[in-house]
Amino acid sequence: MNPSTSLGTRKLCLLFVIAAVATVGAQNAPDRSHPPQLGPAPTLDLPPIQKRMLSNRLAVWFVESHEVPLVQVNLVVQAGSGNDPAGKYGLASLTAAMLDEGAGSRSSLQIADAIEFLGAELATTSSFDASAVRMNVPVARLQDALPIMADVALRPTFPQADLDRLRQERITALIQAKDDPAQIVPIAFTRVVYGTMHRYGTPAMGSDTTLKAFTASDLKQFHADMYQPANSTLIVVGDIKPDAVLPQLEKLFGSWSAASASRPGPVAPARQLTQGQLYLVDKPEAPQSQIRIGWVGVPRSTPDYFPLQVLNTILGGSFTSRLNQNLREEHGYAYGAGSRFDMRLSSGPFFASAGVQADKTAEALQEFFNELNGMLKPIPAEELNKAKNYVALSFPSEFEAIDDLSSHLEEMVVYKLPDDYFERYVSNIQAVTADAVQKVAATYIQPKKFAIVVVGDRKSIEPKIRALNLAPIHVVSVEDVFGQRELQ
Amino acid sequence: MIRRLVILLALVVLAAPLAAQSPPLEVPYRLFRLANGLTVILHRDTSVPVVGVDVWYHVGSANEKPGRTGFAHLFEHLMFEGSKHVKEGEFDTLLEGAGGNNNGSTTNDRTNYVIDVPKNALELALFLESDRMGYLLDTMSPERVNGQRDVVKNERRQSYENRPYGQASIELDKMLWPANHPYNWPTIGYMEDLTAASYEDVVEFFKKYYAPNNASLSIAGDIDLDATQKLVEKWFSDIPGGKPVEPIAPPAAILTGVKKQTLTDRVQLPRVYLAWLTPRVFAPGDAALDMASSVLTGGKNSRLYKRLVYDTQIAQDVNAVQASGAIGSSFQIVATARPGHTVDELQKAIDEELARLRREPPDAREVQRAINQMEASFYRRMERVGGFGGKADQLNSYFVAGGGPDYFAEDLARYTSLSPSDVQAAIIDWLPPDRRVELVVLPEGKK
Repeated sequence: MNPSTSLGTRKLCLLFVIAAVATVGAQNAPDRSHPPQLGPAPTLDLPPIQKRMLSNRLAVWFVESHEVPLVQVNLVVQAGSGNDPAGKYGLASLTAAMLDEGAGSRSSLQIADAIEFLGAELATTSSFDASAVRMNVPVARLQDALPIMADVALRPTFPQADLDRLRQERITALIQAKDDPAQIVPIAFTRVVYGTMHRYGTPAMGSDTTLKAFTASDLKQFHADMYQPANSTLIVVGDIKPDAVLPQLEKLFGSWSAASASRPGPVAPARQLTQGQLYLVDKPEAPQSQIRIGWVGVPRSTPDYFPLQVLNTILGGSFTSRLNQNLREEHGYAYGAGSRFDMRLSSGPFFASAGVQADKTAEALQEFFNELNGMLKPIPAEELNKAKNYVALSFPSEFEAIDDLSSHLEEMVVYKLPDDYFERYVSNIQAVTADAVQKVAATYIQPKKFAIVVVGDRKSIEPKIRALNLAPIHVVSVEDVFGQRELQ
Repeated sequence: MIRRLVILLALVVLAAPLAAQSPPLEVPYRLFRLANGLTVILHRDTSVPVVGVDVWYHVGSANEKPGRTGFAHLFEHLMFEGSKHVKEGEFDTLLEGAGGNNNGSTTNDRTNYVIDVPKNALELALFLESDRMGYLLDTMSPERVNGQRDVVKNERRQSYENRPYGQASIELDKMLWPANHPYNWPTIGYMEDLTAASYEDVVEFFKKYYAPNNASLSIAGDIDLDATQKLVEKWFSDIPGGKPVEPIAPPAAILTGVKKQTLTDRVQLPRVYLAWLTPRVFAPGDAALDMASSVLTGGKNSRLYKRLVYDTQIAQDVNAVQASGAIGSSFQIVATARPGHTVDELQKAIDEELARLRREPPDAREVQRAINQMEASFYRRMERVGGFGGKADQLNSYFVAGGGPDYFAEDLARYTSLSPSDVQAAIIDWLPPDRRVELVVLPEGKK
């Protein structure tokens, strides 16, 4: 078929219909002197969470969403990299990655073949706070896919050959990370802020040294200790009815019992920085410098959560934020700039960051500090309202797809948020006052004490950085960043 | 033992296609055209109170002139900087204040703009989109061009120059397409051309390509169709139409032998790129090559992943893709060597696997597995109304490709109808060993 032929036919018919409309339009050119008034903002009616429990007390949360014939099933386990034993950083991450590399009676290849043949997607993954097995599957295939998921979550076999393969893959990924300034900068920054003794000072994946030392029995032990029904929740979102799915879940997950009496402990609080330090990581000939500035932030449980969301939106959490407007729109030093409070069970990092053109590195650093210091002054009402509206009014769009819904439910589980948390989210944002933002800014934005990390071409950028006199400067190599020692 | 038996039985039953057990894949829409030539597509989906407003201008880097590469993309940036009734900065400020998000993207073939808003802000989005479609030049200035030129140069530094292997894709296109073919140059452009772009170029480009008759507007989400049509007519009808845009007449692109090149980069592991010229999007062979990419590198059991990454572990990664374009496509296989291994080893293994598929078709199960995954991915694409790849964007994409906005079921049928011998034939016809590009990236100092 020639597509342009059929289109041409349709065009003729439509032109005829529309001609009259266009005449009307021309007579009434719209008033463009001001933007159209907005009607009342819509409210989001969140579908209810239907909470059930299996006979082994494994919690099951259902949310029905019948728009598309898909189901998302997540088993979230409340143990992650934060629970890595000392000297075994990377264990939680490798354990999660190994779950689908052999489970029940199936090999790694058999699991992949079966899952893909069903049109399903299966991911086994972890963060600092949790581990998860997540499956997205057409609802017509759910019954066939669930037994495989249950094997993967509950009966992984950790075959030696697959462990060795994944280990080498990760060691190689760490070698490759050394090539990429965008990957070097977060690793260097968290090392500077948390040091080697705190878990958050080393990537979730661990290091070359720890990766080489893991044995299959380390992984089996971690799985036995941490993956337990008592600290897990099964989340099912999609085109299902809970009562139709529960019997199969009971059959597959209801007899799961704790293999160990051990329980994940909390992550120790980190020591806060007390004075500014600048680390220059030499990356010869880099045309851009990667910059990251900040310190220890807050835990997810912070009572300052809502004022901090508003503060961060103003500073670097939106396109019109101060950092992006300054570094991108006003000066053109960067493609983009932003900031973030990475909230975890314990205090994750706060940072402002950008990749900036090498010859403007010092100028960009100065602008970062201008904006950070600027947050300590009163925020104009108009700017405050824009930020609050942005966060509050865009909130419904975060619940569109079933994996949006399931990831919000995971957040509720892992951070023990109350049932009405998301229903109250918008009003909690709207209730944030200028004073509250001012108060959290004074507490959490103390630029003089911030760590500064710059990954760039030392030869060309160092003199102008020194002239800024921001903080004592330490020059380190990329190898130092990936090593076992503290950065000096 | 028993569990395995039961499951094997279940899998046999599953050979029935998913479509037989699922609701039909269709996206009802209303299409109309304004007198100025603007095509409008509306689709109602009330699952969340959100609307995606999606505009495609039918111009991309393939429309650029030599010496002005990267201009279509630089222009895209300028579309966010204000227009006659929208002060500089207000485009983003107004949308964020209403809880909206926006973005734009440029490819060889088209430029798209997405605005996602809560449903009460639909008219604001239409006001902003129509103002930059009708009145962009009224407040355009050389300073605005300079400002975004700096931003785009930093985008180029960030995404290409400072990224490992970042220059390879640019070099690969230069080798694949003849110098006078519009896919020869990168969408991001050459640095010296970005420097040369002028305010006058902006004026000329806008007048030539940004008229409503060269655009299509797709709106999907929690809307009332009649009310939305009236709003579109209100805001877009006063924009004058422009001259028709002549379609691109590209020169023939044919590889007659093997073209080889070696680059060096600040990387530690060597990488090899093999690339072929292949049929354009939706042309016969395009879908079969998508399936071939899945048979080669989709999942652990795929031919190349299993051999290079899983079994022999001589590669850190391997990926194959049919990169489909409106006037031509390329098929690329990219593999990175593990420490201690060479690109020659990778290439030899890849060539052996390709030769094997030329001799005998893939197994029925390999192809069915790929089809089943493709089928499920079509349903996953039904969930979001806005953003890149949301329903509004997909309706626009299918409309521009010529099949009509709701081409979902027909597109899927291109894949479900394929047999193993179709995939084999595509590999024989389009991935010959003696007419292709071979690009190698080696670590600096190890050439």
